Amino acid sequence: MHQKNPTLRLTDTSLRDGSHHKRHQFTVDDVRSIVAALDGAGVPVIEVTHGDGLGGSSFNYGFSHTPEQELIKVAVETARQAKIAVLMLPGVGVKDDILVSQDNGASIVRIATHCTEADVSVQHFQLARERGLETVGFLMMAHSQPPEALARQARIMADAGCQCVYVVDSAGALVLEQVSDRVSALVAELGSDAQVGFHGHENLGLSVANSVAAARAGAKQIDGSVRGFGAGAGNTPLEAFVGVCDKLGFSTGVDFFKIVDAAEDVVRPVMPDECLLDRMALMMGYAGVYSSFLKHAYTQAQRYGVSGAQILVRAGERKLVGGQEDQLIDIALELSREKVR
Amino acid sequence: MKAAIVGSGNIGTDLLYKLLRSPALEPRWMVGIDPASEGLKRAASLGLEVSVDGAEWLLRQDELPDIVFEATSAAVHRANAPRYAEAGIRAIDLTPAAVGPYVVPPVNLGEHQDAPNINLITCGGQATIPMVHAVSRMVPVAYAEIVASVASVSAGPGTRANIDEFTRTTSRGIEAIGGAGRGKAIIVLNPADPPMIMRDTIFCAIPEDVDPDPITDSIARMETDIRSYVPGFRLLREPQFDAGRVAIFVEVAGAGDFLPEYAGNLDIMTAAATKVGEEIARAPKESNTAVDRHVIA
Repeated sequence: MHQKNPTLRLTDTSLRDGSHHKRHQFTVDDVRSIVAALDGAGVPVIEVTHGDGLGGSSFNYGFSHTPEQELIKVAVETARQAKIAVLMLPGVGVKDDILVSQDNGASIVRIATHCTEADVSVQHFQLARERGLETVGFLMMAHSQPPEALARQARIMADAGCQCVYVVDSAGALVLEQVSDRVSALVAELGSDAQVGFHGHENLGLSVANSVAAARAGAKQIDGSVRGFGAGAGNTPLEAFVGVCDKLGFSTGVDFFKIVDAAEDVVRPVMPDECLLDRMALMMGYAGVYSSFLKHAYTQAQRYGVSGAQILVRAGERKLVGGQEDQLIDIALELSREKVR
Repeated sequence: MKAAIVGSGNIGTDLLYKLLRSPALEPRWMVGIDPASEGLKRAASLGLEVSVDGAEWLLRQDELPDIVFEATSAAVHRANAPRYAEAGIRAIDLTPAAVGPYVVPPVNLGEHQDAPNINLITCGGQATIPMVHAVSRMVPVAYAEIVASVASVSAGPGTRANIDEFTRTTSRGIEAIGGAGRGKAIIVLNPADPPMIMRDTIFCAIPEDVDPDPITDSIARMETDIRSYVPGFRLLREPQFDAGRVAIFVEVAGAGDFLPEYAGNLDIMTAAATKVGEEIARAPKESNTAVDRHVIA
């Protein structure tokens, strides 16, 4: 049905989703070196924002070391060919944040909602298009809804002016056909009105395979993070995906050897440690928990002397969505009270 | 005091039940614009005069209300507010229009009892700003941040289309009424089924060396004050003190008058509106005159 050797546009999100792993402590130098390396390898889009999107610097999500707008400016100055994208979550950031980002040179705005709440993004897509920004929509926690429901939400975003709607596997919980079914449903719904993208996480060890499934189902844009530098067990390792695309004959425009060097020599030294597929990360993929909760679960587990894995499992039971990091404190308190009894 | 409700949606209808219970307020009119409105049918069956011609109709009547509760949208209230003022009708505004001063009953109701128009900020503001104030009345709060989680089904189309209005208005209220140097508001819609009861977390930046006990005590007193008019409001946990920060966890269950229990976010608005209306009705007669009706003009 779809072309056998698709051309994919890749977006690196290590300077956004990686912000979670770095606990939002990126410096101007980190951004300059990573953007230069990725830009040199031919990565066409680089996302730079606080992990929780524009305006995310807060008690709830963690305060930024360097204001995100300064980082965006540096990224724009550094990139020669790559476009700089920003992420915003309605309810966390506001329209003014989008305008400031554009003033600082960002040219793509990615607006993310929980996958049942697309209508909160309408005003932001409208503004972005009026201002001539390229738009991407994120339907987060896409595992939690069936393909048809997801397609209806994608339609709301596309009608509002979104040019590419992503199936976002925030919990790293989707498995192969579950990805292609969702991508196919969006492709069928959107037709030529908007492209479809896929954003994967490594929490069940499937991010590269899931991204291939997405591309085969018609996705035209794929997210990854070099060295997996992201949230949870990390995002789709972009250099691995580039290599796989070379083998499959998918065209990405990214130089495999250069991006492998960037991962090893430039990105790894900025990472506090590797993103691991360990017990905590597996809990997230298995229980369907928002990947950005990982570091917060560690923090609260330590603060209250309870099990981090149990915090995550309970976050899944409570059906928490992205943004409810505050409730992890409540869960930790609940667990510590149960322990006393 | 004769009262009218403008807006016959969920909020207007829930408010109607609360006003009917109030000894100080007498709901006489409800107006809307939707002929199919269930709210208008209910109001009519409960003995109110109703019309689908909105505020236009209300202001044409021989007998006018003393007080009007606006449960429409910010744009509609901005248009109606000067006309209520001209007619000498006090307005309690449940939209984010913010024509009049912000009021959160347990914090600053006394200061604005005579204002011709009172704004109730947002649902998240009503649930959290009192707690910011409870901290800032004890120690300086350089920054306060609130996270409001509400059930998706309790966030109506107005809130969804204007989610930025919620964050901006609530942030300003945290500063102006809560007493924080800088305010930030975050709202999260959660579609879990069965729907989650509204939860709010309030983070306040406080000096590192303060004694937590008087702050905890102040928070508990504020809980009691809020519960006097929002019985479903409660602290979920003891306030949590970490280096330079106190975190307060609350839940707001609705009274279930018309809206379901999980919609505490809507209940706290109608409860606050009723509380403000009652205080105005009980205030000395002279403050009910139209002396400052031109303030907004």
